[in-house]
Amino acid sequence: MQELRKRAGELLADGTVARVLAWRAGDLPYNPEPAFFETEAELEHLVYDGFCGANLSKLMIEASKLEGKTLVCLKPCDTYSFNQLVKEHRVDREKAYIIGVGCRGKLDIEKIRRQGIRGIEAVEGAELDGPEELTIRTFSGEKKCAYRDAMLERCHVCKGKEHMAYDELLGESRDTKDAERFAEVEAIERMPAKERFAYFQKELSKCIRCNACRNACPACSCRKCVFDSTKFDSEQKANVDSFEEKMFHIIRAFHVAGRCTDCGECSRVCPQGIPLHLFNRKFIKDINTFYGEYQAGTGSDEKAPLTNYTLEDAEPSVVRERG
Amino acid sequence: MYKIEKQNLTALFRKIAEGRDLYLPVESAGQVNFAAWDEEAKVSLDTTKTVKSPKDAFFPQSETLYTCKKEGKKLEVTQEALREKGFVVFGMKACDVRGVEVLDRVFLSEPVDSYYQARREHGVLVALACKEPEESCFCTAFGIDAANPVGADAEKPAGDHTMNQTGADVAVWDIADWLYWKPLTEKGEALTESVRGLLTEAGEEEVLAEQSRIRAVLKRLPYADLSLEGWGGDATKEKFDSPLWETLYRPCLGCGTCTFVCPTCQCYDIKDYRTKDGIQRYRCWDSCMYSDFTLMSAGNNRTTQLQRFRQRFMHKLVYYPANNDGLFSCTGCGRCVEKCPSSLNIVKVIKAFAKEGGARNE
Repeated sequence: MQELRKRAGELLADGTVARVLAWRAGDLPYNPEPAFFETEAELEHLVYDGFCGANLSKLMIEASKLEGKTLVCLKPCDTYSFNQLVKEHRVDREKAYIIGVGCRGKLDIEKIRRQGIRGIEAVEGAELDGPEELTIRTFSGEKKCAYRDAMLERCHVCKGKEHMAYDELLGESRDTKDAERFAEVEAIERMPAKERFAYFQKELSKCIRCNACRNACPACSCRKCVFDSTKFDSEQKANVDSFEEKMFHIIRAFHVAGRCTDCGECSRVCPQGIPLHLFNRKFIKDINTFYGEYQAGTGSDEKAPLTNYTLEDAEPSVVRERG
Repeated sequence: MYKIEKQNLTALFRKIAEGRDLYLPVESAGQVNFAAWDEEAKVSLDTTKTVKSPKDAFFPQSETLYTCKKEGKKLEVTQEALREKGFVVFGMKACDVRGVEVLDRVFLSEPVDSYYQARREHGVLVALACKEPEESCFCTAFGIDAANPVGADAEKPAGDHTMNQTGADVAVWDIADWLYWKPLTEKGEALTESVRGLLTEAGEEEVLAEQSRIRAVLKRLPYADLSLEGWGGDATKEKFDSPLWETLYRPCLGCGTCTFVCPTCQCYDIKDYRTKDGIQRYRCWDSCMYSDFTLMSAGNNRTTQLQRFRQRFMHKLVYYPANNDGLFSCTGCGRCVEKCPSSLNIVKVIKAFAKEGGARNE
């Protein structure tokens, strides 16, 4: 973290960048917020640890419009989103100076709370080069929790330690993958249709239409979302019946199909803990099956399967045949 | 003061639910929210903070106001029936009770909102002391006592049992194997009477001991010393013009999470569902964080996220107190602290201003 502050300070001082986009230390042990730093003095508040889950690539849309380059700290998985945004001409690569920061998985405070660890006063061991175990000081004494057991779902199916875009790298990453990426999707596919419907019905009925999933999603970068437009009946925040919730989430999933990098922000930010990534991951799995293996955001110029035509493309009839 | 053994809670809930609706914290798909009780409900009284506040019980996220039906040249307008069936909201916390007081001042002022009023008249509030206050809690900053969840009515003169009480009707404490039960209002007495067979008389000692235990926890919370110095109805110009907003708002995603989990946010939109032969006019919660909030045909609502972000905090800490005898429209429940996707929240805003203004938050 010291190294990151130092390097960011140097790049600010020599004029390479006009500002730094990273995370600012919060006032609780687990709530750093994305922040822009414009002076070296401010950098003392820069923090980078296990609680810096927020994917900063989407903030580069606004930063691209500003004067000068923005130093942005991206974790390996964030770089996929960044590339995708460059590809869609939403972020200007030339306006970014990327420090690819190491990652050993990001933490989910809810997963810590669910282990009965509550009244959290301090968390030790969340730093990048920290131990395999977190030490948590609570109102009722010290508790221990394996780092791995507190990781976000997405880290258990990590795409890898490599950054897909960067100007320089800082910090070691660790392997965190210990689950199959499509295992959850496959389990749902195996459910009888009725059970599957009931599962999603129950999950989606928690939706409060806060739009956090959409607003955090790097693939949701429309200047004006159809759900915010007053010109259509689609504009709604009513949450009146279960159909509405489904409509919102299904339309969103279709809209980001082939562009979603599976960064997992939708599930991370959902206040109701809805596993929204499952929709997107199902689409990714189907794209892999029908159009060949594809990972959005690996590069910023390759053709995407759903916006490209090849003779090998699946015929629409496969859907009917699949049932 | 009465008490009931916790193993008999299902019998209590069953009794309360006889002829009434009962809403209480229920776990569904891994999350705890206020929901209607039934025999299968996974009741979770141990949850300090439900994801959403219980304000839905009085001000639902969406509700139909009336329907218009067209038949030939005839237009028929039918108002939605007002709430008539009694209901109990069980397990609200002291902060949530204050939330209802904040809503009351909005919806029960002239012109009175009849939908809300009907629910308030038919609803009974059973408030539960906070066994385990959390690090994100800061109700003490607003003079709320989580150990004694009675609400503002406790300060009313004896015998003043006016309608639309602003406080709880019954206060309860969860202590070891027992739930202690104290009626506070006429409504609370009536509810107590209807479940009296399940309750036994109890002394106050255990409750007093529990209260001091809880208050000791409240004192050591990280936000225990949060000061609201400098905020309030007189601060409009100084706070509105502050350059601080320009940095504070920047991580804001413009989602409505803070608004929708908040016990006091009260803004709504009114819209129509078009059906084949008419419309259904409904209202639903709206969020000042949304780009189309209060959008009129001239398009001159708040056009930047900075303005929207500022509005939310100005409303809670300046405009609302200006119109409501200094009462803040925040209860310190800390839901926004826990749920904001960008880890922004009202505490950070208050602290940022305190640092600038030299008040005592550090």
